[in-house]
Amino acid sequence: MKGMTPIVKVVARIVGGFIFIYGCYIVLYGHLSPGGGFAGGAIIAACFILSRLAFGTTASQEKSASISSSIFESTGGLLFLLIALLGLFVGGYFFINLFPSFGTPGRLVSAGSIPFSNIAIGIKVAAAILSIFVVLASTKYIFKE
Amino acid sequence: MEIFPVLLIAIPLGGAFLIPILYKAWNRLAEIVAGLCLAAVLALSIYLAFFLVPGKPLVYLFGNWPVPLGIAFTVDRLSSFMLLVVSILVFFSYIFAIRYMDHFTGSGKFYTLYLLMLVGMNGVVMTGDLFNMFVFIEIASISSYALVAFGTEAEELEAGFKYMVMGEIASMMILLAIAFIYAATSTLNLADISRSFAAMDKTPGFWFVLILLMSGFSIKAALVPFHSWLPDAHPSAPAPISALLSGVFIKVLGVYAMARILFNVYGVSRASYPAVFNALLILGLASIIIASLLALYQKDYKRLLAYSSISQIGYIVLALGIGNEFALIGALAHILSHSLGKGLLFLTSGSVVYRVGERDITKFTGGLGKQMPWTSLSYNLGALSVAGMPPFLGFFSKLFIILGAVKAGFIVPAVVAGLFAVVTLGYLLKITNKVFWGKEGIKGIKESPFVMVFAMVSLVVLLVAGGAFFFWLKPHLLQPAADVLLKGTEYAEIVFRIGAGG
Repeated sequence: MKGMTPIVKVVARIVGGFIFIYGCYIVLYGHLSPGGGFAGGAIIAACFILSRLAFGTTASQEKSASISSSIFESTGGLLFLLIALLGLFVGGYFFINLFPSFGTPGRLVSAGSIPFSNIAIGIKVAAAILSIFVVLASTKYIFKE
Repeated sequence: MEIFPVLLIAIPLGGAFLIPILYKAWNRLAEIVAGLCLAAVLALSIYLAFFLVPGKPLVYLFGNWPVPLGIAFTVDRLSSFMLLVVSILVFFSYIFAIRYMDHFTGSGKFYTLYLLMLVGMNGVVMTGDLFNMFVFIEIASISSYALVAFGTEAEELEAGFKYMVMGEIASMMILLAIAFIYAATSTLNLADISRSFAAMDKTPGFWFVLILLMSGFSIKAALVPFHSWLPDAHPSAPAPISALLSGVFIKVLGVYAMARILFNVYGVSRASYPAVFNALLILGLASIIIASLLALYQKDYKRLLAYSSISQIGYIVLALGIGNEFALIGALAHILSHSLGKGLLFLTSGSVVYRVGERDITKFTGGLGKQMPWTSLSYNLGALSVAGMPPFLGFFSKLFIILGAVKAGFIVPAVVAGLFAVVTLGYLLKITNKVFWGKEGIKGIKESPFVMVFAMVSLVVLLVAGGAFFFWLKPHLLQPAADVLLKGTEYAEIVFRIGAGG
């Protein structure tokens, strides 16, 4: 893929960072406002997909992206499972809230282990959506071979 | 024992997420991790199936939220019985797959999906929450869609797509029913729903929701008017997956979920609402008759077995429709015997495909039994068990279904069930005749590798042992599981007594 016109590239360069930060905001404030790991992860993935569409990729880049996104996806899943298992081994119950009374309710630092679960889900969803995109995009290299 | 339900989910889930990272370092790590996870799951399920006290289910509260509020896993004897059925076949199919999957690339992806499918099935069996059940149904279904299309040939992709469309229609029906139930009762916990239903007027809407659920689960179980996806999907998958799909998948997602909701949540019994049970009876009879007759005309090794699965699922649903104690024990025994038997038959199909590379039985000249004695022996004994010949486990399961039918006064279903056991033997022996028996086989074929033979022979041994020790299995395994269904809405009382304290 060669990438798109300079107009698209310039706009993508400007908005890409903002989209990424907005996605992180949605993930981190998931326990306070609408959103959370899934929605925020999808927005973060959109940022990566935008840059790949605008600037284009080569076959080798697609391959490395598919490997790294699958590793990140598994890491996100494992982190989420780890938080649940920590609840089992520390608190005595699967998925129990590890520090329920830490922080002030309504502020960023609150809600115990829920923000950490949101971060894990965010990593997993972002990597999963990116890897779906990469797989769809790399079929054209497979058919060329 | 308290944390076993969690481990049964967490171990395969952790394995499924570890494999994509590890197998890039060394391919065989995927198999090793999957094998360890499956062995652990098998050990835990065997322990639960035999040592769980009847009438005292494990109620595991997620995050220590008491029963109607949070998600609770409820493992009673029915759940632990299903866990045992699932984990035995999943374990032996895995042993078979170690060598069989040499034909395919991407073993890491295969074992990830394999473990995720196990997570889904274990979850459906253990959960005590309706929406949680839907989520696990989707986990298992989506992994199975990908596994059906794993070969990525045109035929397999088409079958996978068809399966996905039908499966999602079923899931949407179930989701719609869950939405209605949530709107009416404001709860998703099965025990709590059961309590609300008991106090509710039996309006047409109430029965409409039941029909939605039954239709959804009937598509998942591939009962006859809803069966069109199964003969495409099950043969297209790799053989160990075909064994799992036919052996346990349709039973867990279709029959178990249906039985749990009918008996324990709706609390209907044949005495109170005979119409519901007559509907199941008719669905079961239609499945037995139509699928058996269709199976007689099949030319494809695995497609014939797939039609046979529909017909055997018909037996189980027929027994649920009869609904007395004998029939329910027969249904549960048939779940066990058919999962072992049909799993075994699909594994032998994999063994034949592995060596010969051909599934069309008209192209075989016979005589394969000389070159592949163990595969041939396993196929023949498995076929006898599926058809219901003594002394195998399959005989006792069909016997109890027929006894239950006679006891309840359903002579025609009993006669049909007995007659079509013979038809079953007829179409299964067609493969024996065309493929295994005869003088001269195809040249240069030898027996499959040791692990594949080991998996098949182990299942044969289990079938024979199940038949020999049936009257030990009945009080220790089948009777407590059938009691859970017979007790009906007492399920809700038990769950609240154990789980509401928090």
